Amino acid sequence: MNLILHVWRQKNADAPGRMVRYEARDINPHMSFLEMLDVVNQGLIDKGEEPIAYDHDCHEGICGMCGFMINGVAHGPERGTTVCQLHMRHFKDGDELYLEPWRSRAFPVIKDLAVDRSAFDRIIAAGGYISVRTGNAPEAGSILVPKEKAELSMDAAACIGCGACVAMCPNGSAALFTGAKISHLGLLPQGQPERDRRAIAMVVQMTKEGFGHCTNVGECEAVCPKRIKIEVIARMHRDYLRAALVGD
Amino acid sequence: MGAVAMDTTLKQTWGIYQVYIGKKLVMVASGVVLVLYIFGHLAGNLQIYMGPARLNAYAAFLHSHPGPLWIARTVMLAAVGLHGWSSFLLWLEKRRARPIGYVKKDDVPASYASRTMMWSGPILGAFVVFHILHLTTGSVPGLGFRESEQEQFFAYQNVVNGFQHPAVAIAYVVAIVLLSMHLYHGLWSMFQSVGISHRRYTPLLKRAAHVVAILVAAGYISIPLCVTIGLVK
Repeated sequence: MNLILHVWRQKNADAPGRMVRYEARDINPHMSFLEMLDVVNQGLIDKGEEPIAYDHDCHEGICGMCGFMINGVAHGPERGTTVCQLHMRHFKDGDELYLEPWRSRAFPVIKDLAVDRSAFDRIIAAGGYISVRTGNAPEAGSILVPKEKAELSMDAAACIGCGACVAMCPNGSAALFTGAKISHLGLLPQGQPERDRRAIAMVVQMTKEGFGHCTNVGECEAVCPKRIKIEVIARMHRDYLRAALVGD
Repeated sequence: MGAVAMDTTLKQTWGIYQVYIGKKLVMVASGVVLVLYIFGHLAGNLQIYMGPARLNAYAAFLHSHPGPLWIARTVMLAAVGLHGWSSFLLWLEKRRARPIGYVKKDDVPASYASRTMMWSGPILGAFVVFHILHLTTGSVPGLGFRESEQEQFFAYQNVVNGFQHPAVAIAYVVAIVLLSMHLYHGLWSMFQSVGISHRRYTPLLKRAAHVVAILVAAGYISIPLCVTIGLVK
């Protein structure tokens, strides 16, 4: 199959960028989207041009490194998947695709489709952890976790931090990411001692990074490759307000 | 409690408005006041179907209690101010959050109502100004407004005279449609914003918000409609 690509090309963080048109020829429909880009890049390298830069790692949809906008949708048209797991059979011969990097003040473009997501790391560092004493592993059954809580916590913990939620949000909000991290730990007994501090610290860090606010439109949960629900955002609002208003 | 703990708690409480969740809290609190008014105002307005005497007596009743009336008006003005100011600050945050936009952007599930809150709100605000000038102060010339005379109010006649003008009736209907859209999203979104959400009742809450938004619109729009087709004259 043949495709027409419009790709955002930007030399580095400071250089201005622009959309450049490319033709992707003889693409095998069984290729993943990233493999298709590799074919295009090989063509560019053969012509002596700079290949298109994009982030990637596991190619299994579990690491959170890849991701960009395809025709205005984070990770492309398929739900619950990352671009590395998106296959070309979901497109039609002759399709015209616009590829753009995540757009957010907190995610500066490094090059082409690759953005710097260190802002997420700083939100985690602010409170996305639990403090434990080192030493021997405790007896496995010593802390009981209700099944429902374990499931909800695991649903939130599925977040791979790819940034699609921020990219898709009309307000550039990181509420789904931060909400997932706060929920993941706040639902477990091990997360309780630092629950109030965590909610405040992570929300404040999210604000400092320059992410926007949440208007509950639900664009984030629609494109989340791990299908995390905006329920986690409500949980974050609840934890933050409780901590800030009545926390000790 | 030690001095350090006290100090951080105070700072946290004070800093709430600096993060978006605090601004949302203010928007929800003021939004609740405005929603209650919308229900109350509709209940008052619907008395038009009980005849001129009833509606005019209702107007006279409200004006015979200037104290509560002005308290209500002040609370309303404060609610509109806080709602508008907070949303303006959030809008600035949103603009700063994405300095470079997309060449192509699609909205996957977002309802039209949820994406246009920042438009439906201010337009509605502008309409309310006209609405007050029209039916409260009677400052719009040419709409047949009759001032009250010796405790006798002419609310019924003023409404009927006003809606005889197609432009006034259309503006009213458009404003109510925008109000309905605002409620369509806002009525359930407000719960989510303060953390009230559960898979048991949130879907129900969402549906209830949509039904209420449509019922409110139907109630308000019925009035200019009945005037236009001559059922209320």
